[in-house]
Amino acid sequence: MSKATVRRGLWSDAWYRLRVNRAVLIAAGLLILVACIAICGPVLSPYADDTLDWQHLAMPPGWAASHWFGTDRLGRDLFVRTLHGVRISLLISVLASAVSLVIGVAWGSIAGYTGGRTDGWMMRFVDVLYSLPYLFIVIILTTVFERGSLTVLLVAIGAVGWLTTARIVRGQTLTLKRREFVEAARAAGLGTSGILFRHILPNLVGPVVIYATLTIPQMITFESFLSFLGLGVQEPLASLGSLINDGAQEMQSAPWMLLLPAGFLITLLVCFNLLGDGLRDALDPRDH
Amino acid sequence: MKSALLLRYAMRRVLGFIPTLFCIVTASFFIVRLTPGGPFDQEQALPAQVRANLDRLYGLDQPLGMQYLHYLGGLAHGDFGPSFKLRDFSVGELIAQGLPLSLTLGSAAVLLAILLGVPLGAAAALRRNTAADYGITTLLVLGIALPSFVTGPLFALVFGLYLHWLPVAGWEGGEPRYLVLPVLTLAIPVAAYVARITRGSLLEVLRANYVRTARARGLGDARVLWRHALRPALLPVVSYLGPATAYVVTGSLVVETVFGLPGTGRYLVQGAINRDYTLVMGMITVYGTLTLGLNLVTDIVYGWLDPTVRHE
Repeated sequence: MSKATVRRGLWSDAWYRLRVNRAVLIAAGLLILVACIAICGPVLSPYADDTLDWQHLAMPPGWAASHWFGTDRLGRDLFVRTLHGVRISLLISVLASAVSLVIGVAWGSIAGYTGGRTDGWMMRFVDVLYSLPYLFIVIILTTVFERGSLTVLLVAIGAVGWLTTARIVRGQTLTLKRREFVEAARAAGLGTSGILFRHILPNLVGPVVIYATLTIPQMITFESFLSFLGLGVQEPLASLGSLINDGAQEMQSAPWMLLLPAGFLITLLVCFNLLGDGLRDALDPRDH
Repeated sequence: MKSALLLRYAMRRVLGFIPTLFCIVTASFFIVRLTPGGPFDQEQALPAQVRANLDRLYGLDQPLGMQYLHYLGGLAHGDFGPSFKLRDFSVGELIAQGLPLSLTLGSAAVLLAILLGVPLGAAAALRRNTAADYGITTLLVLGIALPSFVTGPLFALVFGLYLHWLPVAGWEGGEPRYLVLPVLTLAIPVAAYVARITRGSLLEVLRANYVRTARARGLGDARVLWRHALRPALLPVVSYLGPATAYVVTGSLVVETVFGLPGTGRYLVQGAINRDYTLVMGMITVYGTLTLGLNLVTDIVYGWLDPTVRHE
């Protein structure tokens, strides 16, 4: 083994593998581009997302009247609405991933580290929720609480997303807690919370980072799915899901209403998935 | 001996099924009932007398505990109660109307997914790191990433409106061609998952020592695959079928909405939007039984295929 290979740690190794993966680079570039357009784009347009332009109803995309993506049946500008939809989808999915990450990591690491009956009951609970279609839980939550509130939507989506994280984290914790350095820390007199925070959690960062990247597209799908069904983001706000639903009803006369938001959603989902897969390959060298 | 163990394993699973279902029914009842806002809240308030009569008719004036016992008693007789919003129907009738179509749709999709997914995944694994493998894996990323509410309308647009190969939507007396696009939409993500799992586990199995031994004994590729590699490689696929049914149940909501099929899925959405208590709870009970039941079947089949599971 040469000196250079000895010096390379897990992270620099992973960074190297990530940089040479062309799919990841393209995906990351596209995501940054879409995010920039979503943030800056609406400023360029003379319209707001709820301006009704009665002169131009259901107009196809083009340069005329600055409706670059065309308008919907009510004359609202689709360029602005689609980009607002991208913003909402990104915002909700990132926040919901964070929510589900916090719950999942806490749940999984406590269950895994405590072990025994506590572990059994905690994971049984996860299994039960897992075997249900997640939509039930979300539908119950949106039936119960005020529909259209972004907080409820966020909690509902995040509340379902933590299950897989909890499982992964528990599995990792189970292997970690039998390792020598944990035993050494315990022998040195460190308490349970000390071991969890100082020794277990830092070692969980790798798998959690990978999973978080793969969670974001799932959250985007959840959110758009609910909005598609009319249970998520409510008018006059737009989400990619509600725009696709509007577009699907008008696709015979105005196919652009479907194709543009669908294109943005597909780009986001494919890019996040490629990024997550690339990260997994980079951080988990077993497959190489 | 073997069958006795399997029977014990199956019994344990069945015993776990009943309390879980009970928990789901109970939890959904109380969560749905403890909400502010009810099915008779409208923009224009009803006169107090009318409101009181409606509440009495549907038993909403009784204490919650009594309503719960009443509901459970009804369920035991297969009575889901009346729908609050679709006044002329009981929830049981609505479910009975839609369920056959939804079940046909779901089972056809799962079947198609297996028939497409397993050969595709096996082909990719056998041609590892070739152009064919890369092509298939890229397709799988797309298949998994794209949700049915995007692919459904796009299929309808391309195959229905532009190419005129298949009907866009509807259900004219149940002709099979009305089911082609919905089943395809529902099956694609599941097929992609099945293929990905098959590819991964087959690759692992092909590296195993006993496969190498079989090769060393001079067995050809096809024989190694059929006799030795395929069965253990398909175990993870079987265990995925549980989550797959949950996925198909969820997906059927979208597909029935997009393609205008009169199944049960849209009742769940309608019920949630209208706060139709009994309809939402009835649908959750039916779908919960269905998913839990299919998970149970999956578990038992898995125990039958993989002897180590029975001994846990």
